[in-house]
Amino acid sequence: MDEALRLEEREEIGDRLACLACAPKSGDLIRRRFVPWFRVAVSNCAPVPAGTKPIYAAAQISVIDRIRTIEPRSPMTDQPYLRLRGIRKEFGTFAALSNIDLDIAKGEFVCFLGPSGCGKTTLLRIIAGLEVPTSGTITQAGSDITRRPPAERDYGIVFQSYALFPNLSVADNVAYGLVNRRVPKTQINERVRELVKLVGLPGSERKFPAQLSGGQQQRIALARALATSPGLLLLDEPLSALDALERVRLRQEIRALQQKLGVTTIMVTHDQEEALSLADRIVVMNHGVIEQIGSAMDIYREPASPFVADFVGKVNVLPGRLDGSKLDVGSFSLSPPQLSRHAAPAKDVKVYLRPEDVLARSVGGGGAGFPPDDPHVFDAVIEKIEFLGSFCHVHVNASAFAPHKLTVYLSLNFLTEQSLTVNSSLRLKLLPERLRIF
Amino acid sequence: MAVAVHTNALTAISAPVRQTTHWTDRLAHLGILLTAVVLIAFLAMPLAAILLQSFEGKNGEFAGLTNFVAYAKTPALLTSLWNSIWVSVAVTLIAVPLAFVFAYALTRSCMRFKALFRGISLIPILAPSLLSAISLIYWFGNQGVLKGAMQGVGITQIYGAPGIVIAECFAVFPHALMILITALTLADARLYEAAAAMGTSASRKFFTITLPGAKYGLLSAALVTFTLVMTDFGIPKVIGGNFNVLATDVFKLVIGQQDFAKGAVVAILLLLPAVLTFAVDHYVSRKQTAMLTARAVPYKATPARGYDRAMMAYCVVISLLMLLMLGMAIFASFVSFWPYNLTPSTRHYVLGLVDGEVAEGLVNSLKMAAGTAFVGTALVFFSAYLLEKTKGANWLRAPVRMLAMLPMAVPGLVLGLGYIFFFNAAANPLNALYHTTALLTLCTIVHFYTTGHLTAVTALKSLDGEFEAVSASLKVPWYKTFWRVTLPICTPALVDIARYFFINAMTTISAVVFLYSPETKVASIAILNLDEAGEIGAAAAMAVMIAGISAVATGLFMLLARWVDRRTQAWRGPR
Repeated sequence: MDEALRLEEREEIGDRLACLACAPKSGDLIRRRFVPWFRVAVSNCAPVPAGTKPIYAAAQISVIDRIRTIEPRSPMTDQPYLRLRGIRKEFGTFAALSNIDLDIAKGEFVCFLGPSGCGKTTLLRIIAGLEVPTSGTITQAGSDITRRPPAERDYGIVFQSYALFPNLSVADNVAYGLVNRRVPKTQINERVRELVKLVGLPGSERKFPAQLSGGQQQRIALARALATSPGLLLLDEPLSALDALERVRLRQEIRALQQKLGVTTIMVTHDQEEALSLADRIVVMNHGVIEQIGSAMDIYREPASPFVADFVGKVNVLPGRLDGSKLDVGSFSLSPPQLSRHAAPAKDVKVYLRPEDVLARSVGGGGAGFPPDDPHVFDAVIEKIEFLGSFCHVHVNASAFAPHKLTVYLSLNFLTEQSLTVNSSLRLKLLPERLRIF
Repeated sequence: MAVAVHTNALTAISAPVRQTTHWTDRLAHLGILLTAVVLIAFLAMPLAAILLQSFEGKNGEFAGLTNFVAYAKTPALLTSLWNSIWVSVAVTLIAVPLAFVFAYALTRSCMRFKALFRGISLIPILAPSLLSAISLIYWFGNQGVLKGAMQGVGITQIYGAPGIVIAECFAVFPHALMILITALTLADARLYEAAAAMGTSASRKFFTITLPGAKYGLLSAALVTFTLVMTDFGIPKVIGGNFNVLATDVFKLVIGQQDFAKGAVVAILLLLPAVLTFAVDHYVSRKQTAMLTARAVPYKATPARGYDRAMMAYCVVISLLMLLMLGMAIFASFVSFWPYNLTPSTRHYVLGLVDGEVAEGLVNSLKMAAGTAFVGTALVFFSAYLLEKTKGANWLRAPVRMLAMLPMAVPGLVLGLGYIFFFNAAANPLNALYHTTALLTLCTIVHFYTTGHLTAVTALKSLDGEFEAVSASLKVPWYKTFWRVTLPICTPALVDIARYFFINAMTTISAVVFLYSPETKVASIAILNLDEAGEIGAAAAMAVMIAGISAVATGLFMLLARWVDRRTQAWRGPR
């Protein structure tokens, strides 16, 4: 086995350990453990005496390539890795989840985002087999896992509470799932060292969880979940118990790690910033149904429902009236390009306007002002400035929208340069194509 | 045909998804089923036997309420009912306030020697409850030291209600005290700080914060005290004289007159207040947990000289009374011939151990206590784990949980009586167990099951709820996680449960009094027989000996706990 390791190092797998299980009857390679993100070729495998258990034999190994590079993440192509169809969960008469259809591609990072009680954790637990759906099917890697108990599924999971075994050392925690698989001790140790290094805590193997900070404990929990190289990584609000700085640091690490390993990942969070910054796709949930699925930009720019517009980011909500392709809001009569041309009966609508979707110029500004004939320009007076650092929430009164008030984002630079304070006047411009109408 | 197809299609749509059960989960379900079988056979069936018996006529026919009517028409028995009630109320009204002040001194003052006072106050737990009754006889009995003084204050004789009340006050004091200490420890310092910031007086703080905060504890302590007194058998037997109570009635009816039907009726009367207590306590404890938040800041007393001294003086008085009680029993046990020859001798010990067959009884007691501690702890902890931490078989869980809580509501006397009715029946295949040490052990385990169960559940609930989920995701079966993680973390609780079982098995009388045979007689019963035979000196000696053994056992368990702590709790880091 030592021989195998030496060979492997020579073949430049790097610091990763390729551990080769050989079939007892021949020298064939039957399993490729620990290195799912590499495709390796094996030759000159030493024959193993018949009747012995699978052992680890000397072999010539060469890396063909990184699997990630030949199988790039592409949500659109072929079978999804995880497929949920018609998932419904009832607790008594209360429907915690209904009509959940979702496809997740291999290697994708998906966030379930929603307020507490929206069913996102229940959905994650259903995928993990910790809750049983009332109806629906779940397919993972092509096989139906709906009825399988957790122990027969393929995933690693990280909880908000870390759930590290407090009486076991870091090394024993990380090795917990490996010990059960009859992997030789030296290889377990090697794997543990590798993982602990991977999550950025080399040398902490002999410590107990209580000696680590919250962020460090969560890193170890992550290492433990990844130790058995699961096909799916489930993260249940992994960052919620951490302080603000640690949260941002760890979330970047999680993303980097996920991209490095290419493991399909689902994370549950109620923190929109977390979801926006991490996910390939976000699943916004509310009251047990999926409101929208899309990339961070889609969700933010093209919210599919008032709930999504309200929940993700800040938004001004203004009453308006829609008649065909004409929208009346405040004193404006607009024809936003995103409206369908279909004639529909006139109705009252709500107009959603993001604070950054309003451009600002000072009133007295010379050349930098808006063209005088721009129909979307209006005047406003600053009522309150909420200082948030480089940007400020500026609450303004505009006669065009009275009695409703607007909140706009303005950079501190702009405010200082134009010496704008409370009661200053300024000129704002509406961007009709950015309005969302519900 | 078409209809059949239609219904099939319907069930296919509406049938909820069911997960297949992993074989390791089946193993867990089997374990729970086993617990259920044990609790049904050794708790539910005996209780059912009492119920059946109470509705049965002389020849085994169904007699409806005849037995109850006959009972109500027996004036002597009704007097016992009244006696039981008023004595229990009196003890509750005396012992609970005394224990409250004691607990208050231990938790809310800065007096010294708290550990010592606490240790002394727990003495009555170590001996059978009748120790205090025996001691009282030496103090105030016919040849008592202070008989004259007692008659001076208007009590003609100690035998009867006065003796029962005083002896019970001692016996129940530690039980009430432990509940009240818990209740008073759970105080939120922030409330007191807020009150102080508003300039609230000490007495107002007491009546607006302390008392309301402890009211559930007080209620709980009162209920437990009432039930303990109501169902205690040893003390009224020893010092009751002609003063009859329900507990002694049961014994007389069943063992003396072989009137099983009436005995069953009295047993049900004994069961009623206990069940009521249980229900109220259950309701109250749920409220209590809702009151305390995780953010509460523990209260710390601030030194105040006068107040601390007053509290200490109070604790000294109570502790002295405790020591006088134990001391008299010890003294009397070493006296040659009370009250005429006070030279020290070991006569009573020899008499008790050899002639009174207590030596044998002690061996039996130790066997039973060890068995109870070992088997009971294993059973209680393992089934609590399966109930709390595994999943599936939900139809089984609620009934087993209820069965685990039920023993708290069943007085030992009633349980023992149920065992007679159930296991003594010739038709019962378990009949062979009757009179064996095995049955005594099982009866004791069941009798004290609930406290052990609650200790185990509390310990298990403090663990992260996701250990089992993580294990399953790592393909590690629950029993490995139980062995590698849960058990090592919970060893302190295990030692606690074992100690509780051991001490109680050493001192219990009520349940086993119906179940022993000459070969399996335990020490506490032997003491009762010695007292009945008029050998009160020997009885005192043997009670002192049990107290001694219990004290040594407690010490050993504490050492074990410390050793276990050092071996398995290193991960907690320096404390």
